[in-house]
Amino acid sequence: MIIGVIRFPGSNCDDDAFHAVHRVLGPHGMSGRMIWHKDVDLGNIDALIVPGGFSYGDYLRCGAMAAHSPIMAAVKRFAEAGGPVLGICNGFQILCEAGLLEGALIRNQSLSFICEDVNCVVEGRPTPFTWAIPAGRHIHMSIAHSEGRYVHPDVASLEQRSQVIFRYCSADGEVTDRANPNGSMGNIAGVCNSAGNVVGLMPHPERAVENLLGAGGEDGRTLFESSLAYHRGRPARVGGWQ
Amino acid sequence: MSGQADIEETIMIRNAHGPQVTIEIAEEHGLTKDEYQRLTDRLGRAPTYTELGIVGAMWSEHCSYKSSRVHLRTLPTEGERVIEGPGENAGVVDIGDGQAVVFKMESHNHPSFIEPYQGAATGVGGICRDVFTMGARPIALADCLRFGRPDSDRTRYLLGGVVAGIAGYGNSFGVANVAGDVKFDDSYDGNILVNAFCLGLARTERIFRGTARGEGNPVLYVGAKTGRDGIHGATMASAEFVAAGQDASVQSDADAKRPAVQVGDPFMEKLLLEACLELMESDVLVGIQDMGAAGLTSSAVEMAARAGSGIELELDNVPCREQGMTPYELMLSESQERMLMVVERGREEQAMAVFAKWDLDAAVIGRVTDSGRVVVRASGEVYADLPADLLADGVQYDRPTARPAYLDSVATFAVPERATSGAAVGEHLLALLSEPDIASKAWVYRQYDHNVRHGTVIRPGAADAGVVRIMRPQPQSGASAGEPAAKAIAISAGCQARHVYLAPYEGTRLVVAEAYANLVAVGARPIAVTNCLNFGNPEKPEIMWQLAESIRGLGDACRQLETPVVSGNVSLYNETDGVAIKPTPMVAMVGLLGDARAHTTMGFAGPDHEVAVLGALAGSLAGSEYLACIAGRVAGVPAPLDVAAHRPVFAAALAMIERGFLASAHDVSEGGLAVAIAESAIAGPESVGVEVKLEDALALGPEELLFGEAPARFVISFQSERRDAVMAIAREHGVRCSVVGRTGGKEISFDVGAFNFAIDLARAKTAYQRGFLRVVE
Repeated sequence: MIIGVIRFPGSNCDDDAFHAVHRVLGPHGMSGRMIWHKDVDLGNIDALIVPGGFSYGDYLRCGAMAAHSPIMAAVKRFAEAGGPVLGICNGFQILCEAGLLEGALIRNQSLSFICEDVNCVVEGRPTPFTWAIPAGRHIHMSIAHSEGRYVHPDVASLEQRSQVIFRYCSADGEVTDRANPNGSMGNIAGVCNSAGNVVGLMPHPERAVENLLGAGGEDGRTLFESSLAYHRGRPARVGGWQ
Repeated sequence: MSGQADIEETIMIRNAHGPQVTIEIAEEHGLTKDEYQRLTDRLGRAPTYTELGIVGAMWSEHCSYKSSRVHLRTLPTEGERVIEGPGENAGVVDIGDGQAVVFKMESHNHPSFIEPYQGAATGVGGICRDVFTMGARPIALADCLRFGRPDSDRTRYLLGGVVAGIAGYGNSFGVANVAGDVKFDDSYDGNILVNAFCLGLARTERIFRGTARGEGNPVLYVGAKTGRDGIHGATMASAEFVAAGQDASVQSDADAKRPAVQVGDPFMEKLLLEACLELMESDVLVGIQDMGAAGLTSSAVEMAARAGSGIELELDNVPCREQGMTPYELMLSESQERMLMVVERGREEQAMAVFAKWDLDAAVIGRVTDSGRVVVRASGEVYADLPADLLADGVQYDRPTARPAYLDSVATFAVPERATSGAAVGEHLLALLSEPDIASKAWVYRQYDHNVRHGTVIRPGAADAGVVRIMRPQPQSGASAGEPAAKAIAISAGCQARHVYLAPYEGTRLVVAEAYANLVAVGARPIAVTNCLNFGNPEKPEIMWQLAESIRGLGDACRQLETPVVSGNVSLYNETDGVAIKPTPMVAMVGLLGDARAHTTMGFAGPDHEVAVLGALAGSLAGSEYLACIAGRVAGVPAPLDVAAHRPVFAAALAMIERGFLASAHDVSEGGLAVAIAESAIAGPESVGVEVKLEDALALGPEELLFGEAPARFVISFQSERRDAVMAIAREHGVRCSVVGRTGGKEISFDVGAFNFAIDLARAKTAYQRGFLRVVE
């Protein structure tokens, strides 16, 4: 399975995403391919990651410039054809700016950058990146953003359509105000599009794929393992391969 | 060259856009009468205004190290791992597998006091450029910050701005910030310290240097356009802040200097990084240097001086942000995110293609010569023509020193009123845990991205040092079976200035020992040192004595501990209204772990672990946090480093960690044993209580035992079945290891003879976690 990773000028988690899919999940049949933002064709890929960072410095609204990069037309075609697309952090912001996901990410309630661990409960409709994760399970990842406060004009409708995929929760899985790191509406950490194939989230699953690292375990693997299982068209055992 | 030609050349040099140079104007540029005389003697004429600007910048303390160089020369700079020592943009140290770490630390004190956000941001930008200029990708940052008294509005403003600036730049540029420290002291009220450290990873066969070799090779300018920002930055950084006139304040002096502070653009720097590293994969590049302090001037001069060559610059080709900039302004602008490169003749297009890919401005602005001179042209005329060696090595002083009188008055102290009950001792422990110097710095590092680039093994706050994983080079195809374990690099950066103030020589040795201990505590073998020496006005013999003694201590300790000094920076004139900061020689030490998995953190791992003290049980209250915090006194001569006695303690700790026997390890430093034990109880993944009994040291007061400070002591914990193995290692090394307690429960309790007390774990945790917030809220 080939996962493309787009590199925009100012992307700085592109290497993290590539490392996760290519080196960490490589032995399980995944490989990564970097895609330059000035390209107009994604090439032969099975899924796409729009990585985190500060595309174009985020001097305008976060993700607003990248959403107009040459590659984005190909990303839209890929998404409309049902291709799995995962936007992480700045990638989530870019997908919102590009109109591939609903809502927007605004300045954290604290007005400062927050780098810390969070827990997210997985819910909503099945997506290529979550379908092998049992609904209601909560996973541990870290966030690192200034503009991660999710807003949407009609959260209830988004919920009715089962498009809320991740919500910040406590270590016990409770969705509480205390567990909400940035003031996101409804503790929303990630959403999907109406077809379910495009997913965006603020936490960094690609930073939580190795127990060695201090970023808190391997829960992030479940997203990539899901996409692998989805690609192979069969359910997966999540949380370890035997 | 005939005398006639010399005269003609002199006549040709233009002095337009500037006044005729006089001694008064030279003094405004920071030159002394003697220095001006030396300049005119060597030139055989008066300098042009542009030349004066160039000389003023190059001969500033900031660029020339003229007061410190004679002492810095005594530092140990060689070792079997050292590839590049001081003198280049950063030090380079071999870590095996064809890999090298490249690192340096640098101050941005003055700009950060004037404009905290941009001052700190551009400090980060500058140190990152120094590192990737050498061919290394930055993988870790650390920042050492010093602010004035914690209860002032000004401190709150400066701290908030500095932290936001570091975050704003480093997070966007995309390097994990994993170490450093933050401390407060009245002496920094008018002169904060912002010292930024960056470490990068390079391949040993692709290290780049700042040299302009090869006559006729083109000189390229790459990056941001040049504007009028930061002119005189280097000169500004080489002067004190003063309240000019009766009604003026230090703040107004700082405000007036604000235009000398540059503005950072981390996005531009990220593009520069990627473009430079891509270009470095080819063989196009001859030499490269970033335009930092004194911009185009210092980069051109230093590149020519290192190679013994010359450079001719054609300023008409410099990409400009503003119109009508004079040669003087172009040469002295400190606009950020700019690089100067020398490429192989005829390969310009190949370089330009890389820059175009990354949407960067680039232009050929000159060529390498063999004249030994830096020649600046604009509009077809020569504005400056100066010998590169005169600029790079023109001034050096062996300034007079005098032992400061204050040392006598602080040499002795009376132990403050002793606690009369265990409960009182417990309250002292809580007070220490909530001291901003000791309390958790989560408010700070939560704003830094400490995980980016999938390398961070130990995050800030979890141990005495930050640890970053180093992937070994990819195995060749076909040899994929059994990829070797990743290595890791550990970083500790900081300084206990109180000790240096009380005893500059011994205090600096203790700073080195502390950095060493911090690395040992995570299981790393220390390999090399960088530093940033922050002192007052070196023209005062007492300050110069502090500096000289401190450098002597740094050198002796690094020699004895076999950690060569591979790079460094000196920041002098850290004074406001004639009052100097406490001498603050920041030391950043780098260590290597052969296997990233074999690391230790400081938090107790769980209940039912044994707790022991490795090294001496008691310390001294001289110069201690206890004396400063509880009694409000900074006095005494701190317990010295005894390398013969202390090195075996370090070796024993490393052996215990490398053999996997320890569940936690924590260096005992500020606040002594009680604070170290409490921190270990609080810092684990799940906080856990601890019961400590210190019965065999009853001869001492509880204060010395619990809060005394001394080098080379660790609080360690291990499972009971490891006890014999741990004790055997201690015996092998001939060092003391005292089992003092056991983890478990919800209290931190101490049994010290007549002084028994127990603190609720939650209460201790609150004190530790909220102590810093009183500075910022």
